[in-house]
Amino acid sequence: MIHMDRTVKKSKKKKGNSSFGIGQGKMTPFFFLAPAAIVLTLVVAYPLIYEIIISFKNVTILNLKSQIYPWIGLGNYQNILADSLFYSTLIRTILWTAINVFFHVAFGLFLAIVLNRKLPGKALIRVLLILPWAVPQYIAAMTWKGMYNVEYGSINIILTNLFGSAAAIPWLSVPSWTFLACIITNIWLGIPFMMMISLGGLTSIPDELYEAADIDGATGFQKFKSITLPLLKPILTPAIILGTVWTFNMVNVIYIITSGSASDESQILITMVFKRAFQYFRYGQSAALSVIIFIILLGFSTFFIKAQKSED
Amino acid sequence: MKSNKFNRGDSLLKIIVIYAILIIACICSIYPILNILTISLRPANAIFTKSLSIIPPNATFDNFRQAFIQYDMLGWLSHSLIVSASACAFSVIVSVTAGYAFSRFEFRGKKMGLSLILVTQMFPLAMTLLPLYLMIINLKMTNSYMALAIIYVSTSIPFNIWMMKGFYDTIPKSLEESAYVDGASVFRSFYQIILPLAKPAVALTALFSFMGAWSEYIVASVIMNEAGKLTLPVGLISMQGQFSTAWGIYSAGALITAVPVMILFISLSKYLVGGLTVGSVKG
Repeated sequence: MIHMDRTVKKSKKKKGNSSFGIGQGKMTPFFFLAPAAIVLTLVVAYPLIYEIIISFKNVTILNLKSQIYPWIGLGNYQNILADSLFYSTLIRTILWTAINVFFHVAFGLFLAIVLNRKLPGKALIRVLLILPWAVPQYIAAMTWKGMYNVEYGSINIILTNLFGSAAAIPWLSVPSWTFLACIITNIWLGIPFMMMISLGGLTSIPDELYEAADIDGATGFQKFKSITLPLLKPILTPAIILGTVWTFNMVNVIYIITSGSASDESQILITMVFKRAFQYFRYGQSAALSVIIFIILLGFSTFFIKAQKSED
Repeated sequence: MKSNKFNRGDSLLKIIVIYAILIIACICSIYPILNILTISLRPANAIFTKSLSIIPPNATFDNFRQAFIQYDMLGWLSHSLIVSASACAFSVIVSVTAGYAFSRFEFRGKKMGLSLILVTQMFPLAMTLLPLYLMIINLKMTNSYMALAIIYVSTSIPFNIWMMKGFYDTIPKSLEESAYVDGASVFRSFYQIILPLAKPAVALTALFSFMGAWSEYIVASVIMNEAGKLTLPVGLISMQGQFSTAWGIYSAGALITAVPVMILFISLSKYLVGGLTVGSVKG
């Protein structure tokens, strides 16, 4: 009786195991996942929680060494939300993100469509077009900064050659021009990513669909609207969400083009976080600002995904 | 003229327009890069000129030599190599195994784990840099290459795990099943059968993490501030002086930094589209 009981138990256990997957013990997934889990907890989850905690505390360079941070509740948040600078920067950030992502997708998709055909030299053209993605971002930003130089930068030299000496633009000394300069640089940087994503999506659309549309006499725009876009959507949606988040948090370009001290009229929220933390040493406030950015982005992506899903 | 080299539907005019568009786009995309080359070749007394020629008159490689003489280029290169190589190796090990678990095994919290990993893409490093910085100060690990490498690993693995998972999903399960029948363990069939098949995805994982670490500036600039320990990005940007920038030498250094990564990137770009779309379609 006891023996039988044991075998039943044994077979039960085996059954439970096999429903987990073939050849897999209970601990196997754990072994495979442990390294990633440890790193992500240590470097992503823990800092994030820590950030939320210190956003409720008063942490400045004065009490950094002592590690005794007084709890001030929502003080940091109140400080930020009472500051009109926050709102103007928020609007500028939204503008920055919208303009950048729009041009990334528009140019990227356009180039991908143009490139998605039989064309001699296509391989070379594609390589040349993705070069901006291959250049390290900080080098790209630094190089553009050199090109924006008022007197010796090539952009102004080209402009003055084309339109006369009055066309020179004070890119780096007037904040609104600096902001435009950053936008141009970032558009240049971001197009290849969207182009490659779209190109990958386009090659997966079967030619028969377009041939059938040709037989029905569809125009190029009709084909784009009812074949290309809907079929690219599952690929473009995650790419746009990621692109938005990355652009929203793009530090490199603005930080380097403005030499790290963006004037208030050319900074976005994430550079404001940096300025608060590493120039004003107001760590608590900076953390609170990060948390606000995080909430904004989380809200945006949830909303965007939901909107896309309900459309389908 | 119109042979099978072109799409059947394209008229001659359309082809000309397409080439015109593409050539303009190519010029826009490579001009800034050519600009680095031009400046790096200019002799020191002609850095500031209004000439637009790509190869400057009396071009010289002096700036490349000066980068190693006047600045600690060799040190920066080796520091960056240490950081990037360790970040790359570590990231490959971590994402190759985790991706396999997500592709093949059933366990509690799998879906949740996958979406959590995707969510971490929502916090670019810039967001957690401040707490990381405070942690590193408390642990007295400023200027530590290891700390920098581990931070870089965390940024590259979410994407890499998804990519590896997507790739494993395309490998039929029957391969491992027959290995199990032959008595191989889970680890052995993973290591000897699946991993060799997943080489392209592994290569892409390695490329992404290496490039990410090699090209990152912001985190490095916050953590690395001891003069003798700078990595390439911090070193290069430090050439940007308060009042004047050594543009010639900087450009030479930038080329030395960027060209190897660019070649790597381009030569692996055929995997890029595949890997990216596999990852994103499933997401």
